[in-house]
Order: sequence, then structure tokens, then C-alpha cells
Amino acid sequence: MAEEKEFQPVIVGFFCNWCTATAADLAGTLRMQYPANIRPIRTMCSGSVDPVYVLRALLGGADGVIVGGCTPGDCHYVSGNYKARRRMAILKTMLKTLGIEDDRVWIRWISAAEGAKFARTMREVTESIKKLGPNPLREDWSI
Amino acid sequence: MERYATLPVENGVLGAIRQFLAGLLEKKLVDALLVPLELPTGENVVPTIVSRPEQVQRANPLAPVLPVNAARLVSRVTLVSSSPERLGVVLRSCELRALVELVKLKQASLDKLLLIGIDCFGTYSVNDYEKSVKESASSTEDFLNRAREGKEDPLLRKACQICEYPVPMGADLTIGLLGVDLAKGILLVAGTPEGEKVIEEMGLEEAKAGERQPAVEKLTAERARKREEVLKQVQEEVKGLDKMMATLATCINCHNCKTACPLCYCKECFFDSPVFEFEAEKYLGWAKRKGALRMPNDTLLFHLTRLNHMVVACVGCGLCTEACPNDVPVFDIFRLVGYEVQKVFDYVPGRSLDEELPLTTFREEELPNIGV
Repeated sequence: MAEEKEFQPVIVGFFCNWCTATAADLAGTLRMQYPANIRPIRTMCSGSVDPVYVLRALLGGADGVIVGGCTPGDCHYVSGNYKARRRMAILKTMLKTLGIEDDRVWIRWISAAEGAKFARTMREVTESIKKLGPNPLREDWSI
Repeated sequence: MERYATLPVENGVLGAIRQFLAGLLEKKLVDALLVPLELPTGENVVPTIVSRPEQVQRANPLAPVLPVNAARLVSRVTLVSSSPERLGVVLRSCELRALVELVKLKQASLDKLLLIGIDCFGTYSVNDYEKSVKESASSTEDFLNRAREGKEDPLLRKACQICEYPVPMGADLTIGLLGVDLAKGILLVAGTPEGEKVIEEMGLEEAKAGERQPAVEKLTAERARKREEVLKQVQEEVKGLDKMMATLATCINCHNCKTACPLCYCKECFFDSPVFEFEAEKYLGWAKRKGALRMPNDTLLFHLTRLNHMVVACVGCGLCTEACPNDVPVFDIFRLVGYEVQKVFDYVPGRSLDEELPLTTFREEELPNIGV
């Protein structure tokens, strides 16, 4: 009998072009290891990530979503990440109020220089989502 | 500083309001009025723009029914260009608050508007109102008397039962019915210099606030208590994925709730856009992956996204639920989530034009739990 396969979550990442996506590149060129569970999508700014993208990913069956932006104060567009923070606050408050796991939605500030933080954060989010288990919405045909 | 005047009530409360509104037109203090008028059948009221004083004799802003949130209508009138002439708009609290939000969203203009608020004891659904008029011939004043006695009214819409803003905020003039001895007269409250000017030009007798404030506070506290009770119950009904799905089970994705919402203002809703036109293989692919795919699809996505986009500005008028053909309690969900989300930003929709919409601004130091 083959061993039961460990659950491998699918995590969609929305990474800002100027910071987190660049940090991902840096992590790569530094040969840093991080789990292959992340499906990165580059956006121009964390502020351009409408909550509908996050919800679409979750309702479509992603086990987790992580939004990555520049550290507060360092947004390439001055204030996009502050606005992203407010949007995510609304999204997470809504999910929590309705009893849908808001722990599946992460937002992290990772600057272009922080390749190591990028790799570490991807490990953290993957571990955390693994503990949560598969997203129940994945199999729900009625949504 | 608020100033007060008395509207004499020889012809009853409704008569006094009609006389006052007609006076505004006769004295050219306004060139037109947006106010609910009784239909010729008498069975319902509809919002109307009135320009002739004699038409005001059908006006009935007290009728306990809200066919449409009139903020939407003010937006319709003033979106392309602000009003060239003085337009008085008679609004309930939820309508005025929605209007303030629409102004912030650049969907309406307050230029040349005279904002006339009216104390609100709540409203029925359009059908319940029509039935109550037909069957019991109960007049608007009967309703007013019952409501002022503080009797529970099962016909009141849930949104109204738990509305903690019976008194309009930020109106130039408010037609005050709460804590007022209506046998002696209606209390007209001027909240702005514009309002004071009207009181002066109409030559109305000055008055004192009397018992108004305590009465307002009492009703507000009662409604807030009821809100706690109802929201707790709503949470039990909708919280958790299974209950959420059961709640939305009968949604047919008609988007009526979006149409009735006074604040959903996008010209083209994302959900009506080609983004949601998929190739057949997509549908079949989803069906294969999940084993089955409910159609029309994306109902939960629609409601959750609309919540995300609008809930921080939701004034709780409850017309979303009224518009639903299948009685999905859209309002319940919005009020529950709105209450929590608005708390995060200490934001009360419609409280003030000076408060920025939470999604158009930010503080550098805030929300320490979101993002590290």
C-alpha cells in the first residue's frame, strides 16, 4: 500500500510588481527554497487587488490566498498598499462575521530586498493552510 | 444651534405638513418639491416632483411605506447637472443618509437643494401597505398615533424595527413628530442657516424643543436594543458555510437587490460585464471537477463581492430584501456584516459629509492585525 499522500494546498498569491514579486525573483536568484504550493500572480499594486479576485480564488477552490505588497510607506504608487490594507480588513471582517474561514486570506508586506522574508513567508502560509486542511468550498457544487 | 418653530395643526398632522409644503412653493422658497404623493386610487404613494402648490394636497410623506429609496431619485435628478432651481426634497433618515453617501461618491449634488427630513416611525413593504389601506382603511394618522404610543407593529419591515436613526441627520429642516404634543402642533427643527431662513420667511411661530431630545434618545435606545437581539438571531441563521448556502439557496442571480440598493451606483456592474461570459468548456470543466455545478452560477460570489464593495456605506434601508423575488434576506446579511465592518472604521454612513469614505482614505498607523 502506498503511503497516504500529504495534503498539498493550492495557494494563490497576488504579488505587487514592485516589491513582493521582485522579492520572489530575488529569492529565486538566491536559490532559496520555498514550497511549490504558491501560484503567483503579478499585479501592478496590492491596491489593485479587488476583493473579488480573492473571493473568486477561494470560491473556485484555492485553499488559501496571499496578497503581497510593499511595506507601509514604501508603495510605488504612494498609498496603494494602505488602501489594500483597508480592503483586506473589510474582506476579513466580512468572512469572519459570516463564519467563512478568514485565516485562508493572508496579506503580507515584503519589500523587493527581502528575498529571505518572501521564502519564509511562503513556507509559513503553506504550513498554516496545510493545518487548516482542504478548502470546503472546493467540492461545494451549490455555490 | 438648532432653532424650532411650530406648525399649527388645525387640519390634522398631515394637513399641517401639506400646508407647510404648499407654503414653501407659494412663497417661492422652493421651485419644486420631491415628495411622496398619494396615487389617485389612494392605495399607495409614489415619490413625485411637484411644482404646483395645489398638487401638494395629495402629498403624504407620513405614509409608512418606502417604495424606493429617494436618494436614488435625487441622484437621478442631479447627476448630470445640479439643480438649476431650488428643489426641496422630503426624505426619511435612511434616504438622507444614502444621499450623503451618494454625494461622497460623486453621484449626486446638494446644490440648490433644501433638505427636509421627517421623523420616521418605520415603514411597511409596498404590498403590506397597500393591504392595510385596502382592508382596514387605516389612515396614515392612525399609523402615526399607534407608532407614537410605542406599540409593536408586526408589519414594520425588519430594517425599520432595528433602525437606530429615526431622526434624520444633517437636514436643513426636520419635521419633528417625536416627543411632540401633536395636539398643539408639529415641531419644525431648523438644523442649518438655510432652515432658519425658511422659518423666518414663512413667519412661523418660534418654539422650544420641549421633550423632543429625551423621546429621541428613548426610541433610539429601544431600536438599538432590538438591533442587538435581531443581529444575534441573524448570526445564528446565516453564520457558517452551510447556513450561508441555505440562506442564499433560492437566489436566482437576478440582481434586483443591486438595482434597489440606493448606493450600488456603477454604470456597468462587474457582474453584468463580459468578465462573466465564459466558454462552454469552462462550465463543463467546473461541473466535472465538482461533480455538479449549480446554475446560474456565482451567486455566492455575487453577494460576497457586493458586500465587500458596498457594505461599509450601507445605510440599512432594507430595500434589497424588498426587491428579492424569492425572499432572500439580503438585508439581514448586509446589516450584520455592515455593523461589524463599519465598527472597524468607526464609520456611520451618512453621518456627515466631512467624513471620508473609508475606502477612499487611510491612516498610516491603523489595522495592526492586517498584514505584517
